[in-house]
Amino acid sequence: MIELRVDGQTIEAKEGETILSALKREGIHVPTLCHMDGLTPTGACRLCVVELEGAPNFVPACSFPVAPGMKIQTRTPKVLDARRTIVELLLSNHPDDCLYCARSGKCDLQELSQSLGIRQRLYRGKRNIKEKDMSSPSLVRDPEKCILCGRCVRVCEEIQGVGAIDFVGRGCKAFIGTAFDQGLNVSSCINCGQCIIACPTGAIVERSYIDEVVAALSDPKKLVVVQHAPAVSVTLAEEFGMEPGQDVDGKMVAALRRIGFKRVFDTSFTADLTIMEEASELAQRIQTGGVLPMFTSCSPGWIKFIETFYPDFIPNLSTCKSPQQMMGAIIKSYFAKRESIDPSQIVSVSIMPCTAKKFECNRPEMAPNHIQDVDYVLTTRELGQLLRMFGVDLPSMSPQSADTPFGERSSAGKIFGASGGVMEAAVRTASYLLTCQELPKLELQPLRGMKGSKEIKAKLGDLEVGAAVISGLGNARKILEEIRNGRKDLQFIEVMTCPGGCINGGGQPIGADKEAARNRMQALYKIDQSEKLRVSHQNQGVKRLYEEFLGKPLGETSHRLLHTRYSHRDVL
Amino acid sequence: MNSVESILKKHPRAGRDALIPILQEVQENQGFISREAVVRVSKHLNLPATKIYGVATFYNQFRFQSKGKYHLMVCRGTACHVKGSGRVLEMAQKALKLKPGQTSRDRLFSLEVVACMGACGLSPVVNVNGEFHAKVTPQKLAKIIQECREMESKNGH
Repeated sequence: MIELRVDGQTIEAKEGETILSALKREGIHVPTLCHMDGLTPTGACRLCVVELEGAPNFVPACSFPVAPGMKIQTRTPKVLDARRTIVELLLSNHPDDCLYCARSGKCDLQELSQSLGIRQRLYRGKRNIKEKDMSSPSLVRDPEKCILCGRCVRVCEEIQGVGAIDFVGRGCKAFIGTAFDQGLNVSSCINCGQCIIACPTGAIVERSYIDEVVAALSDPKKLVVVQHAPAVSVTLAEEFGMEPGQDVDGKMVAALRRIGFKRVFDTSFTADLTIMEEASELAQRIQTGGVLPMFTSCSPGWIKFIETFYPDFIPNLSTCKSPQQMMGAIIKSYFAKRESIDPSQIVSVSIMPCTAKKFECNRPEMAPNHIQDVDYVLTTRELGQLLRMFGVDLPSMSPQSADTPFGERSSAGKIFGASGGVMEAAVRTASYLLTCQELPKLELQPLRGMKGSKEIKAKLGDLEVGAAVISGLGNARKILEEIRNGRKDLQFIEVMTCPGGCINGGGQPIGADKEAARNRMQALYKIDQSEKLRVSHQNQGVKRLYEEFLGKPLGETSHRLLHTRYSHRDVL
Repeated sequence: MNSVESILKKHPRAGRDALIPILQEVQENQGFISREAVVRVSKHLNLPATKIYGVATFYNQFRFQSKGKYHLMVCRGTACHVKGSGRVLEMAQKALKLKPGQTSRDRLFSLEVVACMGACGLSPVVNVNGEFHAKVTPQKLAKIIQECREMESKNGH
């Protein structure tokens, strides 16, 4: 431990850390813009400058290491003036359109300009003009709102291991772009949307389908149904100012009905169905010497990642569609038949924590006879927007339950929303399928939590299965390289694109720190703890679906409706 | 693509620090950095193609289209700037309908901006296929371009 003097106080700091991290621990706030916890500091924005006695200039707190006896001033008039000037210069190249901006109220730049008391546009210069990139089905980039902090670039490269975007050009002409400045749709972007969460302004937002959904809701010839993903009910509350980690499942179902959805289904139902199919597929691969390790296929960003960067691993991907697409497929087949309605008259909407789901529902193999299984995907944020637009106050709704036939779920399907949840649910069911006995203890503690890479040896009867749980595709790269280099002790690997899983997805409410993500995750495990139906294979609705329609897992109908194929993507 | 292959062969087990020398060799060999070359180099160095494009666009020396038959380099160094090279460049862009770094569709002209050619006494300077033109005004540049065009049509007929 070393001692520093900060604003006349003595504080302690650890050797090797930065000034910023020492100040944070002491509760001394220094504004930042380009800084991101856990990623390489770049010192690009210089907002965190402090005065250091003996130094000729201000030093950036985010990247300057502490030293014994440092004397630091964090809020002298000179420092405050420097910070204000930085923000004023950023604003000189920023469109004044907060009134129309999707991020208004959740924008770091706006907040900084407020907290620093900026009340006029001081510098008027020529602004950089560049067109929006609307090419992606998931994301819209508006370079004019970009302040070049590089947070999206670092998330894309360091956390996700993708590197679809980077700084292009130099100086005042620099911008964030793809290789050869093409559209995102033809880049190596995997649509995960972590860049949206990282962006401090409105320079990257999701492609919104609210207008299309509103139009469908008012069309009397259409039956508009909706499904909601496991991770949405524990985050939607944040859109209405409530603390992270509150489950508003029933209220959300009521709200969805209020705005006009004719049926509200729970994607956790098809998560249970996914487990039935996937556990059977795993058992079959183990018994018949199929390709192992098998990778889960719920996360569409991960699928695109494999197709783009590791096509040699395509045979390892489970052929199961994701729960969203399974739900879409049975809505437009089984449900349509049951209701005697033509599938083309059904508009199937899904509420997801994810921007890659918007891409997934547009995949050509997810549209038999050119009728998409899922028509529109809205993110958690867009649902918040839609509810506000319709004047529905979520907190005051009285809870209702989801509709039959796809409303019942086990809590195993619900924990799909957290990294490790799919594996936990699969182990519960696979163990039962192999031994005809329930596990004595259903919780698999080592698979829970925010760590990016978790492993266990799972006991399935006499069989010992090496299982790994990965979140964040940078971590996936590591394990894929290990397998390429001959690692053989793993049979089943769950991969979630976003760090921590869907609770931290690219479509989730903005502004969640690690603590908030942990609370969201805990909310899911609390549900699992408190419910009776905790295993997918006991879901009566799923059983009935197999009896009346699908036959058996991996059967002919299942194969046609619930499974898919993948192909190599050749992009720059 | 064989030439890119042979360049990469000279850099076995290279890391990201070898990127700029490799790009320079590719450009010297091919005259520009093609998409195919970026993809190939990105595989060799295990770097995203975007990163390579980002690095290459940072430096003026790299171009992404092949040079035209007449390659115009307009100097925008300090001395030339003071003597009005800004208007010369404007004229070049207007007359050729090109932006710096681009090549015309008929492959006749390409335009490049350089920082200094070391001929400040002759400023503003424009270099066409290695030949220096001194004290270039927009009018003089228009004439130079016209001469290139005339030479072309003479040769063509």
